[in-house]
Amino acid sequence: MREFGYRRAVDVPGAVALLGADPEARFLGGGTNLVDLMKSGVERPALLVDVRELPLDRIEVTQDGGLRIGATVTNSDLAAHPEVRRRYPALAQAVLAGASGQLRNMATVGGNLLQRTRCGYFTDLAAPCNKRAPGSGCSAVEGEHHNHAILGASAHCVAVHPSDMGVALAAFDAVVSYETADGPGELPLDAFYLPVGDTPHRETALPPGALITAVTLPPAPVAALSRYRKVRERASYAFAIGSIAAALDVRDGVVHEVRLAFGAVASRPWRARTAERALTGGPVSADAFAAAADAELAAAEALPHNGYKVTLTRNLVVAVLTDLAEEAAR
Amino acid sequence: MTPSTSSAITLNINGEKHTLPVDHRTTLLDALRERLDLTGTKKGCDQGQCGACTVLIDGRRAVSCLQLAVAAEGREITTIEGVADGDRLHPVQQAFLDLDGYQCGYCTPGQICSALAVIEEHAAGWPSAVTADVRPEAGVPQLTAEEIRERMSGNLCRCGAYVSIVEAVARAAQVSAAEAAQGPSAGTEAAA
Repeated sequence: MREFGYRRAVDVPGAVALLGADPEARFLGGGTNLVDLMKSGVERPALLVDVRELPLDRIEVTQDGGLRIGATVTNSDLAAHPEVRRRYPALAQAVLAGASGQLRNMATVGGNLLQRTRCGYFTDLAAPCNKRAPGSGCSAVEGEHHNHAILGASAHCVAVHPSDMGVALAAFDAVVSYETADGPGELPLDAFYLPVGDTPHRETALPPGALITAVTLPPAPVAALSRYRKVRERASYAFAIGSIAAALDVRDGVVHEVRLAFGAVASRPWRARTAERALTGGPVSADAFAAAADAELAAAEALPHNGYKVTLTRNLVVAVLTDLAEEAAR
Repeated sequence: MTPSTSSAITLNINGEKHTLPVDHRTTLLDALRERLDLTGTKKGCDQGQCGACTVLIDGRRAVSCLQLAVAAEGREITTIEGVADGDRLHPVQQAFLDLDGYQCGYCTPGQICSALAVIEEHAAGWPSAVTADVRPEAGVPQLTAEEIRERMSGNLCRCGAYVSIVEAVARAAQVSAAEAAQGPSAGTEAAA
């Protein structure tokens, strides 16, 4: 590991100033991903600015009935919070589905959004990887890619974003707030992650040196009936091979409102707006759910070893919406 | 100006303060084992995947292999050496002993530190990934074997002593609940 300086920030302007515009400096939150990547040599910062003690550790109900989640709130505190569990149960479920109790105690909301892919080639310094070493090529396209992207990828990178939390945040229209030396800004999650294209090393639209300060969820009554389901290769403590966050509001036997987002299918949490449009105003039936999933997944481009994800994701849509519809009918 | 790459830090471990110079690259795990001779905390994968290095930081379980020592300054750290009350084992330790919650024992300090926290987290009403209804109105789930397996899934046991580990955590949780019902006792301080 490269030697590095360490500073502990006590307030947001101080944190932003300490980082400056130094491309070799990194903010340190829980460190569950960054420290690991430093050990493997993928990340080689010259300076860490520790932001864990910033006063950004609160979850507040906003005036309009949404939630504002501070960037240093731990995953554990997010999932345990009564208003998260009451207003956005799929978000609590998504967070609880990720990592382990130890890691959830350390990991922060801001860090969760910025965590890097777990593609094995990304962390293998001997392998070509456009995300780690731009222009070096993608080893996964013709290599080990059974858990890689089916949506929104490019020939330059087929890695998936590993977050569970982000999938629920995408379904609930989260907005990311950040601070820079030039003042604050915000990005809806839709615009937060950049398209892969030929620049997979550029992952977010955050300006250089920006510090995430909060994630805000607008009020979403539909989220009160919501669910996160995750499929993985063992029963617990593994990254998803497919996941879904879904919320459903049925009125008079018709889909009044629906939210759908997929995990482990793309370089970002994948909001399934095509499927949502297909469902809204329509019947509550397994056939309609399947047709909507097919409409969303029509754009899927499977690699030789990950075509199962198209079927898996389709089945998740049908299964979880069916469950929610039954719960709505109770 | 190049920032210094080392610092003199003071770590609060099991109620005792230890001042030591550290290279910033030093993890809490390596500081405990290599610098402070607290070798009860074990190094397994060193990548946050096995849980052998689990300690409590400010009362919450964490993997010490991904915790930089310099970033742990000012926080209260409890390791397996600080769990017992003198010669009197903590109920979680006693349960692992009584029910053979291990084979080789290498993962055991991490299992025990994790179990301490699992019991606290459950008592605080935290749901888990296998909790059927996470809404607060649904109440606290029973600490079933399924709940224990999920909540302990960050601690791997290569010997496969999981069946006994689950029984030991269940037994310790019952003892903790009984003690809580009778008021505070010396044996549960470390888990607070």
